[in-house]
Amino acid sequence: MMPKSPRIWQLAERRYRLLGSKCTLCGKTSIGPRSVCPACGSEKVETIQLPSTGTVYSYTVVHSLPAEKDGYGPYIMAIVELEDGIKLTAEIVDCDPEDVKIGMPVELAFRLIGQESEHGIIYYGYKFRPIMSRT
Amino acid sequence: MREVAVVGVGMTKFGERWDKQLRDLFVEAANEALKDANMERNEIQALYVGNFSAGSFVGQEHVGPLLADYLSLKYKPAFRVESACASSGMAFNLAYMAVASGMYDIVMVGGVEKMTDISAPEATSVYAKAMDAEWESFFGLTLPAAFALIARRHFVQYGTKPEQLAMVSVKNHRNAAKNPLAQFQFEVTVERVLASPIVADPLHVLDCSPITDGAAVAILCSAELAKKYTDTPVYVLGFGIASDTIALHDRSDITTLGAVVEASRQAYKMAGIEPKNIDVAELHDSFTITEIISYEDLGFCEKGKGGLMIQEGETEIGGRISVNPSGGLKARGNPIGATGVAQVVEIVQQLRGTAGKRQVPGAEIGMTQNIGGTGSTCAIHIFGRQRR
Amino acid sequence: MTIFKDKKTAIVGYGSYIPRYRIKIESIAHAWGESLDMLKGLRVQEISVKGPDEDQVTIAVEAARNALRRAPEVSPKDIGAIYSGSESKPYAVKPTSTIVAAAIGAPMSVRLADYEFACKGGTEAIISCIAQARSGMIKYGLAIAADCSQSLPGDVLEYTASAGGSAFIIGHDSGDPIAYFEGQYSVGTDTPDFWRRDLIKYPRHGGRFTGEPAYFRHVIAAATGLMKELDMKPEDFDYIVPHQPNGSFPVEVAKRLGFSESKVLPGLLSPIVGNFYSGSSPTGLCKVLDQAKPGQRILLVSFGSGAGSDAFSIVVTEGIERKRDLAPKVEDYINRKKYIDYSLYVRFWGKIAL
Repeated sequence: MMPKSPRIWQLAERRYRLLGSKCTLCGKTSIGPRSVCPACGSEKVETIQLPSTGTVYSYTVVHSLPAEKDGYGPYIMAIVELEDGIKLTAEIVDCDPEDVKIGMPVELAFRLIGQESEHGIIYYGYKFRPIMSRT
Repeated sequence: MREVAVVGVGMTKFGERWDKQLRDLFVEAANEALKDANMERNEIQALYVGNFSAGSFVGQEHVGPLLADYLSLKYKPAFRVESACASSGMAFNLAYMAVASGMYDIVMVGGVEKMTDISAPEATSVYAKAMDAEWESFFGLTLPAAFALIARRHFVQYGTKPEQLAMVSVKNHRNAAKNPLAQFQFEVTVERVLASPIVADPLHVLDCSPITDGAAVAILCSAELAKKYTDTPVYVLGFGIASDTIALHDRSDITTLGAVVEASRQAYKMAGIEPKNIDVAELHDSFTITEIISYEDLGFCEKGKGGLMIQEGETEIGGRISVNPSGGLKARGNPIGATGVAQVVEIVQQLRGTAGKRQVPGAEIGMTQNIGGTGSTCAIHIFGRQRR
Repeated sequence: MTIFKDKKTAIVGYGSYIPRYRIKIESIAHAWGESLDMLKGLRVQEISVKGPDEDQVTIAVEAARNALRRAPEVSPKDIGAIYSGSESKPYAVKPTSTIVAAAIGAPMSVRLADYEFACKGGTEAIISCIAQARSGMIKYGLAIAADCSQSLPGDVLEYTASAGGSAFIIGHDSGDPIAYFEGQYSVGTDTPDFWRRDLIKYPRHGGRFTGEPAYFRHVIAAATGLMKELDMKPEDFDYIVPHQPNGSFPVEVAKRLGFSESKVLPGLLSPIVGNFYSGSSPTGLCKVLDQAKPGQRILLVSFGSGAGSDAFSIVVTEGIERKRDLAPKVEDYINRKKYIDYSLYVRFWGKIAL
């Protein structure tokens, strides 16, 4: 299996810092890097810093694990709605499955997502946890 | 655009087919379709194959010529179409267009998937490739987890209950018990569904379509030629195809599948019918919640009332609209690439009147609805016993 | 060694992070059939455990982000150096500081490196930031001290080795100071008290040899060396924060140095969260900063096996009252906890060999 480091590196900083895209014409924000606005089709899309807090829009506890999460489960996956209305998919951490609720306020956390292999590169990225910080 | 008819169908038994390889399954279904159409294989002018991920499951790409070769379709054009679980529904559409356009007179279309040569966790990872690899699967979302997110919102927004989801599984298992080619031929109860292990809360094992090997094939020809091959051609009256965002989180309301709404609108318009005119439908119950949402998005009932519709028994065989008489993806099985054409096989048999114990009485107009991923693709076809 | 008379080299931001999981000593003892009586001397009740998706890098990033929260006047673009001290970084080759740099949005023109000196890699990072800020090489430096402390299964270190860390943003005559450095004094010798060979998963140590010839000798030498240079005595300090390998060594060394117990207890973490290795005394410092008053003086003395000690004299300014509440306090992390048993501890740590 060829290493995937270039593919991970292409999006690493966006995933660490929660950078998204914003259309300068219609204002639509998205999580991924876009060169065409998915709402209005404009090519005037720029990278922006997304808000680091939001609420849980929906959640599930995953018991049937994909191969990459071997030994890790069960874990909580959610769609999180950020303060500006954009939604993204992320794991909810530092929370017991019984305590997750729709509408629960959450904040950005920096966590291990996975690794290529024991000797391969490590992937980090965003997850969300119940709010702890002050600002 | 001229009219197109289905003149032959064939399908393998769906299930864990340990002794058969991908190519064997397709050839088996194709040979049966040729026999059903009373047709020589050298009459086939082109081959369209739906397949999701032979590369991941069995290390094989370039599936089109592989199967043309194994079917001895010498030098015939062979296409592989991929749209996740809607692969062969989409392949069917391209095959239909090939004949409708007048480019070809006789075309074979099918789907095949061989999923059991890898472990269940690996299959879960492959399935997740139907979603956004960088912004959903990368973070740990699986396909059942995505539909679990949808189910939870449906509970909260409309008061749908886990028991209502389970009723979909109960119905489809009951239907599959009458289908000799179905993967599962045992009935279940609501209690048994809710007691089965959790896959992604609130979806249980018995809420989710299984891992399956299988193939299904149909032969299409122009309506003028149809009577040469069969006394009971089934005509394509209309279709609708739509795409939607790849990621679930990019939809404003995840309890509705915009691609289903749009595709069905196009299909009804082209066929000149309304939802209430559908007698029998093979819908995409990749998960029980998907069937309930499909009732709503196809216009069989109001938004949010899908749970009530299954609860009142309206979609049983012989009900207001008979849904998934074959057993659906849940109980007939879901070899990802084969499902779309498998749905066609069932509707054709229903409209011919040859569906045996599963027969929907007086079925005149049928629908197949095939969904890819979390609704990023939807392919709908409407069939009739009579020409348009 | 070095006295800074100008009061201009200061911490302008500080932050910590401690994972949520805890394991009680009893659980570990139960797994190994160890008698609790034998463990009393450690004076540790429970320790933090990293979650299965946490590592030294994730802790470093969280601590760094908290430090930035307390330094709103600092833009990541003004950070000229990021140094991370650790003995548990996940890559033997690839600095944690590179990932922290990307995670906080540092510019490409930045100095990055990791420091290793057992439990004092983090204070080394602080020393470098002080030196580079004072020499005008950088406007601000970010020093990080974090570890997921390793311990051999069944060894006494399992009762104290835990996970956590802190970060500090340091500048000279820049930004809004929280506490300034008065002086710094280091000692180092070749003392084999605790080590980890390359490619070997768990550290080994010399048992009781880690006490007098290692911990006590170096902490006392650095502390007395610094106090002599500053011409100060224990009475001149309000707090002493020594390295905390367990709950008894720091109290003992403070006593031997002539500090009353009331001066070492406020910064003492190890009894309830264990030993963060590089993150240990730096997080003790943060705990003190969370409660100290302007004008109070802190003696910070780290200890790294191998062995050496870095001592710092730090004076709190009124900036602390403006900035203290801008990020979670150490106490907030201490109080955020979920208990697990040894079986989960072993799974989260990846200690089961396959």
